[in-house]
Amino acid sequence: MGRDTLTGTRIRERRHAVGLKQAELAELAGISASYLNLIEHNRRRIGGKLLLAISRVLEVEPSVLVEGAEVGLITTLREAAAARPEARAELDRLDEFAGRFPGWAALLADSRARIDTLERTVEALTDRLTHDPHLAASLHDMISTVTSIRSTAGILAEGDEIEPEWQTRFHRNINEDARRLAETSTALVRHLDASDAARAIASPEEEVERFLAANAYHFLPLETGEATVDELVDAAPELTLTASRDIMRRYLRRYAHDAALVPLDPLMEIVGRVGCDPTVVARNFEAPVSVILHRLATLPASAGLGPLGLVKCDASGTPVFRKPLDEFPLPRFGAGCALWPLYGALSRPSQPLYRIIESSAREARRFEAYAIAEAAGPMRFGGIVRIEATMLVRPLDRGDGDTLDVHPPVPVGVTCRICARASCDARREPSVLTDKM
Amino acid sequence: MGKRVLVIEDEPNITEAIRFFLSRDGWEVFAHSKGHDALEVIAHRKPDLLILDVMLPGRSGYEILRDLREQPEWTELPVLMLTARGQAKDREMAAEAGASRFMTKPFSNSDILEAVRELAPV
Repeated sequence: MGRDTLTGTRIRERRHAVGLKQAELAELAGISASYLNLIEHNRRRIGGKLLLAISRVLEVEPSVLVEGAEVGLITTLREAAAARPEARAELDRLDEFAGRFPGWAALLADSRARIDTLERTVEALTDRLTHDPHLAASLHDMISTVTSIRSTAGILAEGDEIEPEWQTRFHRNINEDARRLAETSTALVRHLDASDAARAIASPEEEVERFLAANAYHFLPLETGEATVDELVDAAPELTLTASRDIMRRYLRRYAHDAALVPLDPLMEIVGRVGCDPTVVARNFEAPVSVILHRLATLPASAGLGPLGLVKCDASGTPVFRKPLDEFPLPRFGAGCALWPLYGALSRPSQPLYRIIESSAREARRFEAYAIAEAAGPMRFGGIVRIEATMLVRPLDRGDGDTLDVHPPVPVGVTCRICARASCDARREPSVLTDKM
Repeated sequence: MGKRVLVIEDEPNITEAIRFFLSRDGWEVFAHSKGHDALEVIAHRKPDLLILDVMLPGRSGYEILRDLREQPEWTELPVLMLTARGQAKDREMAAEAGASRFMTKPFSNSDILEAVRELAPV
């Protein structure tokens, strides 16, 4: 049986590994359980958007489902080589390396994955560094350990002759460092949990963000009219600060207003029928595009749109709402990358802007970005018009080559401090990820 | 024997990796892990190049470097500073203290090798 004919078997194994029932996966992927059952028993071929949807739910690369873990390993090693082209890794001998030394190859891929994870952690936490000395010390320790792993793995991966005793020694060092990394990470999580419990450093915005994330940004009782804004806020003990409750009330009032304008069931029906192009959906409701962007980003997972990020900013560029994605983090403080279409939209109010953007992460990801700037709040003659820009971000399907032909990707970052793009005309401050003085 | 490099770094596995690939490149490598007696060790080892971590037990790399540069015999010593922090103010502090080059962790081995070869050509 060929590699790709076992895709269904791999989907079933992965589903078991992540603890999902067949019916749950089917619902999240937007298909019937009986159809998924046929797929899982390799009686129906799978590809295209359905494969992408299932791989997204199962949090695994589509290639791993289609071709098995070995291909995933080789892909990871290829990405590791691409990230450091100056190392001149022998790409033409990659298959041979993975085949002859599967243990070393897996170790190298695992080290790279760990470094990626840590870099993402640094990105997400960098805003807090200046406020929390314990966090700074923990991250310093983690970066030192990562440095050691990277340096040692680099020596082993170069492929030069290394005496057996040195190999053993470096292997032991990596093992020690990996254990230390695990301990430091665990201690860091404990520290962050403790910080959360004590609310010692929590700002109202952080409380609100935690509350929104805990509710997956979706409030069904408000959609159905089963609860009022005040009832929802009063029933949320995690909103401990008066300012947090005020911010949440303001947000939920707007949410309820948008839900009345664009009700959930018709929205789900239209999205299922015409897709999620915000301007097309907006025409069906005669609603502002910015409202549709917000409604799409806060739909439940059962809508089948996959992960969607959203960021709003006021006319100064300051973020006023953020729903980050794991693959597209958003800065908590200060403005984001000046090249985001979000800011381009500010200079051309009421005109929808569509761009493909490419992140600056080591494993560059492409996203569809829909942005628009519109008047926020009531307008009156002689008064000030308050403009707000909104940007919806959606991971681009890997197979969508046609879109890329029409819209070449725009390279962007998260924010300059944690962006690795060395030569960027929009840079406003040095990055902590580039190294030379 | 090649030129002498002194590595002052408190993370032993980093030191071991640097020692390995610099030795293989022909350098004579010495290592030390504490900050409070670093000046004495530098005076004793007389390196051609110093690789100096910023956060050391006992004394910071900035303090060590400032004191070192006040001694006439060490004003020209090439010093490569290593740190986990790479903000503009850290670079400024390193430059003010007298660093010849500043590198943030995690670095690649080839970056270190390239910097060392540039700072102390054989």
